Amino acid sequence: MQPHERITDSLRQANAAGRPGLVAFLTAGHPSPAGFLPALQAIAAEADVVEIGVPFSDPMADGMTIQRASQSAIAQGVSLRWIFEQLGGRDFEPEAPLLLMSYLNPLLNFGYERLAARAAEVGVCGFIVPDLPLEESAPLRDALEAQGVGLVQMVTPATPLARAKVLCEASRGFVYAVTMTGITGGSRGLPEGVAEYLDRVSGVSPLPVCAGFGIREPAQVRLIGEHAAGAVVGSALVEVLEEGADPGVFLRGLRGKAA
Amino acid sequence: MTIEFSENDKARLLEDTIAGRLPDAGGRFGPFGGRYVPETLVPALERLTEGVRQHLADPAFLERFRHELATWVGRPTPLTEAPNLGRAWGAPVWLKREDLAHTGAHKINNAIGQALLAKRLGARRVIAETGAGQHGVASAAACARVGLPCTVYMGAVDVERQAPNVDRMRRLGAEVHAVQSGDRTLRSAIDEALRDWVSDPAGTYYLLGSAVGPHPYPYLVRELHCVIGRESREQMLAAAGALPDAVFACVGGGSNAIGLFHPMVGDREVALIGVEAGGLGGGLGQHSATLSRGRPGVLQGAYTLLLQDDDGQVQGTHSISAGLDYPGVGPEHALLKSIGRVDYIAASDEDALDALNECCALEGILPALETAHAFAGAREWARRNPGRRILIGLSGRGDKDMPTLTKFPMEARHAAA
Ligand SMILES: Cc1ncc(COP(=O)(O)O)c(C=O)c1O
Repeated sequence: MQPHERITDSLRQANAAGRPGLVAFLTAGHPSPAGFLPALQAIAAEADVVEIGVPFSDPMADGMTIQRASQSAIAQGVSLRWIFEQLGGRDFEPEAPLLLMSYLNPLLNFGYERLAARAAEVGVCGFIVPDLPLEESAPLRDALEAQGVGLVQMVTPATPLARAKVLCEASRGFVYAVTMTGITGGSRGLPEGVAEYLDRVSGVSPLPVCAGFGIREPAQVRLIGEHAAGAVVGSALVEVLEEGADPGVFLRGLRGKAA
Repeated sequence: MTIEFSENDKARLLEDTIAGRLPDAGGRFGPFGGRYVPETLVPALERLTEGVRQHLADPAFLERFRHELATWVGRPTPLTEAPNLGRAWGAPVWLKREDLAHTGAHKINNAIGQALLAKRLGARRVIAETGAGQHGVASAAACARVGLPCTVYMGAVDVERQAPNVDRMRRLGAEVHAVQSGDRTLRSAIDEALRDWVSDPAGTYYLLGSAVGPHPYPYLVRELHCVIGRESREQMLAAAGALPDAVFACVGGGSNAIGLFHPMVGDREVALIGVEAGGLGGGLGQHSATLSRGRPGVLQGAYTLLLQDDDGQVQGTHSISAGLDYPGVGPEHALLKSIGRVDYIAASDEDALDALNECCALEGILPALETAHAFAGAREWARRNPGRRILIGLSGRGDKDMPTLTKFPMEARHAAA
């Protein structure tokens, strides 16, 4: 199995077991660098896919929570290099496949060939790059593809259906369906029409579709589960980690299981 | 990671620039430019690109734009000979007076052009970022003129140092948000404007204020400002009987500079020189000299030169002038530097202040602190090239800078000249 297929497979297994897939996001090294690997292990034990955020100085698609987390991580010395070192030196096998979420510039600086090789080496199965539209993505995609590492494409409610189809076909791992036009961390709840939107995207996608942005509650995960393969939870989980609460308890709660 | 061009590539890219073939269909100036934005903005940028293609070729739109420039902005702006500076520097000096354009800077050319476009594209509201506040004031005025609500994002640091412009924006009907995230200067204001735009890509028009950002902005902003260079060229031929030997403009994102330079890129005997903010020195975070010291990278929608660390984190910057205090630069400037057609140099805070005082004392003109960098660069060049004709893009007036200037008392030596 190629690394990116592990992501797809993990989500399909969750669905086969009768539950929505859960993609859980944490910013690497926030709130503390020392807490990164323990948090990762705990989250991977509960989630179906873990998305590790590489902090960036200008997170233009992110709201206050992830902006704050990124700044704090950078100030504490977290970088892509540091993340690879940590992942390379871990003494446990995470129970869920790993993705990196990064803005393009840190990846560009690392060098795409080296990035792909290093990712494959430490068990990173895919990348999400929020400021890299499909039209600009060939150099990175080709480098990752050579190592079997996937580049996840995003679709949004503003994406025309014909374009959504192209994006779904180009995606690897899963398709990230952004629930709303907006930034991460919103608390306005899911927009009207989200069910129809997810049905439309799922209808043209050969891969599992996971919906993210603004997801904080079990009822939202349940609703998304009826129209897509899974839900992505980001800012809400980062806030749980900031409070020092148990991420496993929070994720089980989201699934509607008793803590 | 640097980009080296062969002599052949340089010659070809220069020809492409002169012939108007850049940006290409992908929004690239050679390797620079492109469109690095969240998927949410892709359809909006495609609509904008199509709108630009259609309306900038429409005689009725262009006539309306020209009419506004002539009767509302006050174009053509004059070319002023500066004989006293000329004597002090040992070289004849002319000034292209964008400070006399409505609202006091070149920014208004772009603002009214894009506001007219926003109206045609059916926008419900306009958002803009601003550093020095000149683009914010210009956007507020242009939106009032065409009848669209306007929201301006401005870094909290800049709200303080450019306070007079904040009051002007509000008076002109704009809502001003002081941005507290990031470094609280121009770069954070752009990040915040992009976040707003992502929330309503269909109804909101983003009126970007410099020749930066994703395609088509670097092209659109250049086209709307090229009137500066076209007028200057004709006015120099009429006033001096010849083109200048060297042309100077300050470079933040690079809008006034590209407007002045672009129409003269084909005049190969004319030296084009962009002056960036050298700030306090060459150390990390002490300056904003992107073209002089940056490396290629992606920030705020474009592949261009950037001030960044080894991990690709964008660096903090410093400049006494809010409008130059930015770690990126327009992609066309990155190309013009890489092919050697434009030289980019830096002037320090201190040299800019000194040049500002000199211009006040000798010519009775208070330039903006941004603009003062161009004067400092030109003075230095004149020293090494006595007698050569100099044209300076006087991009804006300095009234907005009084809160900063009152911290630096006037020196006696220029006043005595
Ligand atoms: C008077 C003036 N000149 C120059 C600039 C720098 O911008 P640009 O490099 O886009 O011309 C500004 C920006 O605020 C300005 O107000």
